[in-house]
Parts: sequence; C-alpha cells; structure tokens
Amino acid sequence: MLELKSVHKKFGGLQAVGDVSFSVPAGSIKAVIGPNGAGKTTLFNLIAGNLNLSSGKVIFQGREIQGLKPHQVAALGMARTFQNIKLFHGMTALESVMVGRHVRSRAGFIAGMFHSPATWKEEKEIRDKSMQLLELLGIAEFADTEATSLAFGQQRAVEMARALATEPKLLLLDEPAAGLNIYETAEVGRLITRIRDMGITVLLVEHDMSLVMDISDEIVVLSFGQKIAEDVPLSIQQNPEVIKIYLGEDEEEAVV
Amino acid sequence: MTSTLFLQYLFAGITYGFIYAIVAIGFNIIYNTTGIINFAQGEFVMLGGMISITLLQVVPLPVAIALAVLITMLLGALIEIVFIRWLDSPSVLRMIIITIGLSILIREVARHIWGESIRSLPYFVGNEITTITIGSVRISPQVFWVIGVCGVMVLGLSLFFKITPIGREMRACSSNRTAAILCGINTRNMVTLSFMLSAGIGALAGCVMSPITYTQYDSGTSLAVKGFTVAILGGLGNSMGAVAAGLLLGILEAYSVAVVPLAFQDAISITILLIILFVRPHGIFGSSAAARLKEF
Amino acid sequence: MNMKIKESKLLKIGLLVILVICTQLLTKITDTQFYLTQLTMSAYYALLVIGLTVVMGYAGQISLGHAGFFAIGGYLSAALTTHNLIALQAHPLVKGLGSVGMLVSGQDLYGEQLLVFAPWAACILAVLTAAGIAFVLGIPVLKLKGHYLAMATLGFGIIIFRIGLASEYFGEADGISEVPGLTLLPALGPLGSLSVSGDFGLRVENYYVAWGLLCVGLWLLLNLIDSRVGRALRAIHGSEEAAEAIGVDTARFKLNVFVLSAVYAAIAGVFLTHYNGGIGPSEASVMKSVRYVALVAVGGMANIWGTLIMGVGLTFLSLRGVFGSYDDAVFGSILILVMLFAPDGILSLNVKALFISKRTTDGH
Repeated sequence: MLELKSVHKKFGGLQAVGDVSFSVPAGSIKAVIGPNGAGKTTLFNLIAGNLNLSSGKVIFQGREIQGLKPHQVAALGMARTFQNIKLFHGMTALESVMVGRHVRSRAGFIAGMFHSPATWKEEKEIRDKSMQLLELLGIAEFADTEATSLAFGQQRAVEMARALATEPKLLLLDEPAAGLNIYETAEVGRLITRIRDMGITVLLVEHDMSLVMDISDEIVVLSFGQKIAEDVPLSIQQNPEVIKIYLGEDEEEAVV
Repeated sequence: MTSTLFLQYLFAGITYGFIYAIVAIGFNIIYNTTGIINFAQGEFVMLGGMISITLLQVVPLPVAIALAVLITMLLGALIEIVFIRWLDSPSVLRMIIITIGLSILIREVARHIWGESIRSLPYFVGNEITTITIGSVRISPQVFWVIGVCGVMVLGLSLFFKITPIGREMRACSSNRTAAILCGINTRNMVTLSFMLSAGIGALAGCVMSPITYTQYDSGTSLAVKGFTVAILGGLGNSMGAVAAGLLLGILEAYSVAVVPLAFQDAISITILLIILFVRPHGIFGSSAAARLKEF
Repeated sequence: MNMKIKESKLLKIGLLVILVICTQLLTKITDTQFYLTQLTMSAYYALLVIGLTVVMGYAGQISLGHAGFFAIGGYLSAALTTHNLIALQAHPLVKGLGSVGMLVSGQDLYGEQLLVFAPWAACILAVLTAAGIAFVLGIPVLKLKGHYLAMATLGFGIIIFRIGLASEYFGEADGISEVPGLTLLPALGPLGSLSVSGDFGLRVENYYVAWGLLCVGLWLLLNLIDSRVGRALRAIHGSEEAAEAIGVDTARFKLNVFVLSAVYAAIAGVFLTHYNGGIGPSEASVMKSVRYVALVAVGGMANIWGTLIMGVGLTFLSLRGVFGSYDDAVFGSILILVMLFAPDGILSLNVKALFISKRTTDGH
C-alpha cells in the first residue's frame, strides 16, 4: 500500500528525518512511535505532501508521490487527521464532513452557481454519505452543531469522519488518542479496528502505548529521526534498544 | 546624464531613502512587539509635519518640532490604548482592517483641521534657494538635515534597543512574548511604548522632510506603501536592512525619473514591492528560515 | 433540510424583488423618482460588494484592490466606446473588428466621422480583460497571506489608480466622459430599445436593469456558497492545511473565486460607467477599495445578505450626500467600530445571540 524508501528531511542543517524506510501492507494497522521530537509528525507531513523530501521516495499504491501537493495525494486516496485538531470554523459537523466528499464529487463553479439538476443528485449523495459517517462514529445527533463548539472527543470524531469521507485507501492518524481519557481511548481503538475491517489501511502516530500495543499489526520506532526498530508489538515490547529510549525519556520527564 | 546631474539625483535619492527607512523602521518597531503591520504608519509622518507647521505660528521652530513629536507620540499611545490594547488575540485580518480604518480616520480629521492645501515648514537654514556647493553639485542644506536627523535616529534607536533596559525588554518581548511575560515584563506597556516610539520617529521625519517634500493631509498613504516596500525589502523587523533597502529604493526612484514619467514614480516602488513579495517575501536582506517561523 | 434552505433562499429573493418593485412604485406615487438614480448606482456598487464578500468572507482572502477591477471594467469600456479609430481605419485589425460588427460608425457633435467600438463589444472586452488581469495577478498574489496579501492588493489598486490618472488615453485627472449608452436589447416592434444610460426618460428602466442584474448576481452567489465549491471555500478560510488534506486544490479555488469577484466588479464598473456616461480616477482610488472592504465587514463578512443590505443602504446614503464632507470619515469609523465590537457584522449581533441562547437551552 505505502512504501517509504530511505526518506530524508533536512531543515537547514538539522536532520529531522534520516534514512527512514518501511512499508505498510494493505489492510493492516501500522503504528509509528517514538519520543517527542523523534520526527513522527514530520514523517507524516512528508508522506501527505505537506513537506517536500530532501531525498528518498514515497510510493503509494505503486506510484511515486513525493513532490505531489497534499490535495493531489488526497485525491489518490490518502487521508489524514491532525495532532492539533483542524476543524473549519463556522461549519456544522455535517458540513465539515461534507467537505470531505470534495474529491469524490465534481460540481464546479458554474454548476454550483446555476444549481443544475445534475448537482442536486450529487448534493443529496454527499449529504447522505456524510450523515452515514456521522452515524458510524456515533455523532449523528450533533450533525447541525457547529463543529468547533463540540466536546474534544467529538471534534476528533468529526475530523476522522471528514477524513473517511474522502474514501481513503490509507488513513493517516496523527495521535488520535491525544487528550482523550482511557474510555475514549479504548473507544478510538475499537473504531480504528473497525476502519481497518472496512478495508482501509491505517498508519498512526501515537503516544499512548496501550492503544498502540492493542491494535497495531506492526510498529516502527523512531528516535532522533532514525528508524531504530520495526516489528510486531510483542517483540517491540522486549526490544532492549526501544526500552532504553523510552526509559531514558521517562527519566528525563521525571527530572522535569 | 552628466556627472553633476548624476550626483544631484543621488542626493535626492539618499534623502528620500532615509525617509522611507524611518517609516519602515516605524513598521518594524510595532511589528516586532505585536506582529501587527500598522497601516496608519504614514499618518504619523503627516501629523508630525502638520502639527509643527501649526505650532510654528506661536513658538520658534525647534520648540514647534519638539512639541509636534511629543504630541504625535501621545497620539500614538492613545491609539494603542483605545483601539488595540484591550483586544484579546485578534486575527490578522481584523488588525489590518482596524489600522486601515485608523489611517483613514486620522487623514480625514487632518483634512477637516488643516484643509486640503499643501503646507510646509520653512527651511531650517536659509531658504529654498540656499545651496551648499560640493564640487559642481549644489545641494540644499535641508537635505543634510534630513540625512543627519534620520541617521542619528537610526543610530539612536539601535543603541536604545541594545543598551537601555527598556529597549532590551522590548526586544525580549518581540522574540518571545510568553517568556517575556514570565520574566515579569509588562508586554502591554511595551506595545504602548512601541506605538509611541514609532509615532515619534515618524513625526520627526515628517518635520525634517516637510520643507522639501511638503505636507498634505493625504501624504501618508503613499509613504506607508513605500515604507512597507522598504520594510519587506530589508526583511520585516530588520532595521539595518531597512536602511539599506530604503536607500536602494530612494536612489532607484530618483534615477527612474530619467526613464519613467513622474506620474508613474509611485508605481515603481509598488512594482518592486510586488516582485519582492512574489520572489522573496522574506526580503533580500532577511533570512528565509526566520521568515518561515513567523505566522501571517 | 436541503429543500428548506433552497426554498427560503428563493423566498428571500422573491421578497427582495417585491421590495424593489414596491420601492419604484412608492417613488412614483410620492413623486420622488429622483431617488431612483442613487438606488440604481447603489445596486451596481452592491454587485461589486457581494462579489468581494465571497472572496473575503467565505474564502478568507482580503483584497484592498477591488476598486481596481471596477476601474478596469469602467475605464476600458469607456475608452473603447469613445476613442475614435477613424485614423486607424485602414489597419487590418480595425478592419477585422469592423467586419465582425464590433465597431460602429457615426458622427460626433461637429459632424466629424466617428468609428468606435460598439458598446456591447467594449463591455465584453472590458470584463474579459479584468478577468484576465485578475487571473495573472492572482496566481502569485494569492500565495501570500495576511499583511502581505493586503499590501500586494493595495499596491495593485494604486497602480491602476496611477495609470488612470497619468495616461492620456484614460483622460488623466478628468477621466472619460460622453460615454454612450449600452444597448442591452434592440428595439422590438412597439417596445423601445433597452439600454443602460443616464437618459432621464430611461430612469425607471435603468433602475430595473440594475436591480435585475443584482438579483441575478445574488442568486448565483447564494447558490455557489451553498454548493460543493462554497463548502470548499469556507474550508479554505477555516484551515488551508486541512482543506488541502481532504483534497481541495486551495490555490485553484482561491484563484477562481478571485477571478469571479473581479468579473463582478468589472461588470459593475462597465454598467455604472455607461449609466453615468463617464468615469473618473476617483473610482480607482484606494479609498474606494477600503470602502468596499468596510461594507463587507459591516455586513458580517461571511454573510451575502448582510453585505447586500449594508452595501445598498450605506452607499445610497453616501450618494445622497447624507454624510457630507465626513463621507470617508464615516466609512473609516465604521471599519474600526465594526472590527472592534462586532467582527461578525452588526446584523449578526442580535441574530447570533438569539441563536446561541436557543442552542444552549436545547442542549439542556
């Protein structure tokens, strides 16, 4: 589904991501973990086209996508959520998800201005599909509420519904459990598994170890922009190098 | 072009260049502490000129200028306190619109007080035909006043920001607001101070340039656009860059008279502005890495 | 729900049409038809303002140069229909234009032979030029944000103003006058021809042409913002990054909506110029652009009906000279006050308060 081939990213003289390669098989859930500043979000931005690679290749469904703009990547079937939720101010939950149907619908400026009958059908389809997604994520009752005024967990759900509305083949989730309590986190875990069962491959960045260990098929560990391990959850848990960086981080956190 | 004419243009260019640089530094001071581009910056220059011209009827020239600068500084502070201070993290769009509204309001008030006629201060030394001859070039002493006063202002400001405690606090405020607050710096007062400072230097520039360029109620807008061009050209927030860029634009404009009709002179700086914005928005003297960190 | 929106939209436009007709009848009954002149002009300015609303309020891109597009439309149409091409008669290009009927010949007041562009051809050329300039300008300019975008569009506006003021072709400080009327429909049988001109006898017709145009323009924009494109534009306003991530080609959409609003502005410029019989450099001034931004702001930014009401209302008062010599000061004050106290527009103050309180009670 997705393959990274020795991806490099430099900011000025700083190596943010260095020589990272891994692949995400279709129909799996893969997690990227690592301490703060390990380059996880940078990696996401590189995959989704928000940043340009310094060198390397990103191959999505057999096609090289490095250098494409984010909207082109999205049109190919890759959707993402953001670590700090980015919802559209002034739009209802339903409208927010309806925007997600953008790449799967066509009406342009002329069609929009004249509201031609052909667009009526499309509008209805957009609305119905978006409503279904809100139901899937259990937030249908908030359809007409302004998305940015919802509770935090519901905002995450809207963002996920918006991403799913693009009918992605691959879904990138940037810390989907950040700011959620353990019940909500468990709920998100079940949801991600359900998304995978719908046939959507998932790549996630996450801090919450319990969630990652529970649901991922494979885990990539990053530290200072380098890949230091890639394995199934059980082996990762026993990997001495991984334990070292995580304990190291814990120590630092304890000092702070 | 004869060498005499060449030098004549050069001096004219340097004169205007320093004025643009002062306007640009005015933009920079406020931008550094608030992240706001104050579209009413040019109006401070106009106010300085107008107020000093009025005061000159009752007090001698140096006093009139000093009072004009003081009054404009107070107006700057007043504007900040009334319109800016109490806004809670306003959006950029909102701030743009507010400062544009202020610039129009100040201009209209000026029109009602001083009318639409063109005014000017008298030459500080001699009159319009007094000249100093350097080689074959004849230059009005006022040109040296402009260059001298603006040069002293630039130096004074850089010393102020480097040496005095208040200047340092203002710099701290611009590099990291939250950290400055944590260190006990009253950032709100710093913002007021930055408005006063940029109003003051604008007004002083407005006084010294008035005998050469004249003052009219609406002379602020084109100064603001040129000052902004210079600020961008020199890299937003970079005062030395502003001086270099100001001189560059001033000289370029002066020589363009030979090629382009006078009426299009304004268009030159704007064309430069547009080109710079498209090609190097962080300015020719600014670094791209620093520009990327700033949010617009 | 969708149907409800559609119905309420048509209902509102229907009410507007009735209001327009009633206003005209009222002026007839009360013998105050002189109001129609300013109402006609207000409608054209409002056409520009609702176009700008979509760019500023919905897509979130500020433009301080829209008077420039208005002036491009007005000036070009005026220049093409007044500048005599008789000296260039033999030029193949002029011949070609003549052969496709884009030129008309006649005689001026002194009996001189006159060869100028037909108003309809001039109108189309002017609007297309404005669209083309908006496209070329928009590609680099719309990459900018915030202050940079504001200054760049302001700079564009000043350049257009300077060109109008400095070129002989556009009449320098005097502008262009004696612009002929724009014939929309030729004379058909008993009905006279319909044309946009300042002719005293055509005042009522022109009032309906202006308001008809405004209603159609309004309807198209209301449709647009309620469509896939409208949602994409609002998404761009909310977060460009997130809009890109779900596949919105933000650069293209911003450019398209910028061009669309420039077309609205140019059409307004063309029609108003033919109605007034001339155009002067003040139409391109920075103050005009700022005024349009003020009208969008006071109408509530993302609120086409709000800007329509405010655009027509305030422009009408301004044209009637209600604000006297404080005209610009009034618009400056409006800008500041609205942005300080009601950034969502003054019309939204009460409505929104009601709306929010209702919603919270629903929640409990």
